[in-house]
Amino acid sequence: MDTRFSEQDLAFRDEVRAFLAEAWDEELKARVGNLQTMKEGMIEWQHRLNAQGWMAPNWPVEHGGTGWSVTQTFIFNSERAAAGAPDVMPFGVVMVAPVIIAYGNDEQKSRFLPRILSSEDWWCQGYSEAGAGSDLASVKTRADRDGDDYVVNGSKIWTTYAQYANWIFCLVRTDSSGRKQEGITFLLIDMESPGVTVRPIDTIDGFHHLNEVYFDNVRVPVENRIGEEGEGWTYAKSLLVQERLSIAEVANSKRGLNEVRELARREINGGVSLLDDPLFARRLTDIEIDLMAVEYTELRALAAIAEGNTPGPESSLLKLQGTEIQQRVQELRMDVAGYYSGTLQGELSAEELGHDYADAAQKQYFRGRASSIYGGSNEIQKNITAKYVLGL
Amino acid sequence: MNFNLNEEQTLIQDSIVRFVSEQYGFDDRNATVALEHGFSPDHWRQFAELGWLSIPFDEEHGGFGGGPVDVMVVMEAFGRGLVAEPYLPTVLLFGGLLQAAAGPELQEKYIPRVIGGELQGAFAYLERQSRYELADIATGATESGGNWVLNGEKTVVLNGGAADKIIVSARTSGGQFDEDGISLLLVDAAAAGIERTLYRMTDGQEAANIRFTDVEAEAAVGPVGEGYGTMLQVIEEATLAVCASALGAMEWLQGATLEYCKTREQFGVPIGSFQALQHRLVDTFAACENTRSLLYRAVCAADAQSDDAQRSLLALKVKVGRAGRHVGGEAIQLHGGMGMTDELPVGFYVKRLMNINALFGDADHHQQRFAALVNAAQGARSAVEPEAA
Repeated sequence: MDTRFSEQDLAFRDEVRAFLAEAWDEELKARVGNLQTMKEGMIEWQHRLNAQGWMAPNWPVEHGGTGWSVTQTFIFNSERAAAGAPDVMPFGVVMVAPVIIAYGNDEQKSRFLPRILSSEDWWCQGYSEAGAGSDLASVKTRADRDGDDYVVNGSKIWTTYAQYANWIFCLVRTDSSGRKQEGITFLLIDMESPGVTVRPIDTIDGFHHLNEVYFDNVRVPVENRIGEEGEGWTYAKSLLVQERLSIAEVANSKRGLNEVRELARREINGGVSLLDDPLFARRLTDIEIDLMAVEYTELRALAAIAEGNTPGPESSLLKLQGTEIQQRVQELRMDVAGYYSGTLQGELSAEELGHDYADAAQKQYFRGRASSIYGGSNEIQKNITAKYVLGL
Repeated sequence: MNFNLNEEQTLIQDSIVRFVSEQYGFDDRNATVALEHGFSPDHWRQFAELGWLSIPFDEEHGGFGGGPVDVMVVMEAFGRGLVAEPYLPTVLLFGGLLQAAAGPELQEKYIPRVIGGELQGAFAYLERQSRYELADIATGATESGGNWVLNGEKTVVLNGGAADKIIVSARTSGGQFDEDGISLLLVDAAAAGIERTLYRMTDGQEAANIRFTDVEAEAAVGPVGEGYGTMLQVIEEATLAVCASALGAMEWLQGATLEYCKTREQFGVPIGSFQALQHRLVDTFAACENTRSLLYRAVCAADAQSDDAQRSLLALKVKVGRAGRHVGGEAIQLHGGMGMTDELPVGFYVKRLMNINALFGDADHHQQRFAALVNAAQGARSAVEPEAA
């Protein structure tokens, strides 16, 4: 039992810090932070990571992964988050790529993986439907075989950044005769195909990220099918495990909590720093203690994976706890902002009011409500944990 | 990065698990606790023979030379078995103080006897007024003819009844709350002027209130007037160890409750099939897992003497207090009426967890210390000045 960093680990940490100091510069921060320029900013950030060979740490080395140890992955994520740099867009690197690597054919691997590394493709996820949320296997979007094509009809919902994406990976129904988990097929669909329409969904955070995607007689070549027809549910579940591990975002919460601490230190109530308010300190440290625990729960899971165990249902517990902590940090940040958490940037900006973090605090708070819903709601994660971990 | 036990640690763990399964069933345990002083001298001899009493001691005194991970392994297994023998007071506190601060002569005289199972010890640090403040000491000692003479009273001295020797924290100079001027004095439990009132704690272990009237100490453990740092260090090491035993107890409760929910039928189905109960069991499972994570974090940090050590230990004690109460409360609730009875071990584990919460300072106390540490640590910019109007 040992969590010490070796000399090589410390050298790697220095390397990561040096990279971040150069690659995550003020100009790029500003671009990624502005909604108008976010997409091209993120692509530029991913270009810089890719040039360093760090775009896809989770992939096997032969496809462009880094081959990092658990400790190195931990160091990279901690340093990245501490610098305020974003994780890469997950839909390509974290979600669809592992499915292509595990279940795709050689042609699909050589066609899609390099374009994910180079950020030429922006992927989105076609899983949920209006009638298939927590009950994901109830998907109804149909794909009917017609010669060398599937003809896809139906719609997907809650599709994050579909407005930016040129590819979507979809669960479609190719057979309705058996159990609902059977007859699902995993298709890769070019968003520029005739018959694909994207409709934005307005959300409580006032920021366009969610969409509905409609498919009206969209022709998809059979060569875009991953694995076997009707086996999509198996592939979909392996992706969900990856997705859930990535949703916990422990390193980002650490940075967020430290930001909240420093903001609270500067907020004065009756001449006393908010940080010295015992009720506030209790809430802050409740979160911090849980975060310190979940950080090691994640490390324990990663160490087990590195020893050859397949990641499994324990990812549900990490998703559940990671997102709860994110929301508690967001809630605290809102409370630190006080009155200004209710201000919207209009003619008089929060910056002018002297609380330049308040606008982002309320946006993050409202946007963060989604984290306990997406990737399988937290209640679903409890069901999964009860069934597969506790054997109930 | 690895969270695995080494071969030796696995062997120790296996041997304690075997001892518990063979000799520490529920009825055996109740019989053991009913013995004088609340434990079995036969068991204690076995512990010595199996080498368990030697684990934290240096090799030069015949010890195993173990570190925090080794102690964790022992205490977690003891906690899971609800072992009543006084490993904490004799080995970790009394022995720990000797190892941390005593001169070579005193160490050579007593540590081998602790390891051999021939000597019971205790550490008398608590007073009626002191609550969780270790430096609040009114018991005094004055020098007289080359000896220290003690007067005062200590409360809740664990193993105070069976102890042959007792180390007492006493004020040899300074005011009642000063960290300076505290000395650790070794006294013989049979010395003239010692009056012990014995009683049982809720979890069965024996404790004593001890009154000292002109008691001549045998020796000072460590430099006179500089005992506070030693106490703090040994108590922090012991805190880590009792947190390991708390985790063992929590996981036992979680396992027993899970098993009960899978087998107890109502409305014609196992009650574990109800979602309301499933989600509660997931919550307690998460509480156990997070406690284990913090335990590993604190133990590894202590072993590496890293910057994270103090912070992790405080966080762990908070978590043990709160998660222990959560898991214990749910265990009683989900066992229904049976959880209220003395016919199951559940209540005994819950009581052990409650005592561990209070031991060395409860969750609130440790959370205050945690807040002071983390909020100051990042406080390079901590000077808060209200902006000029």
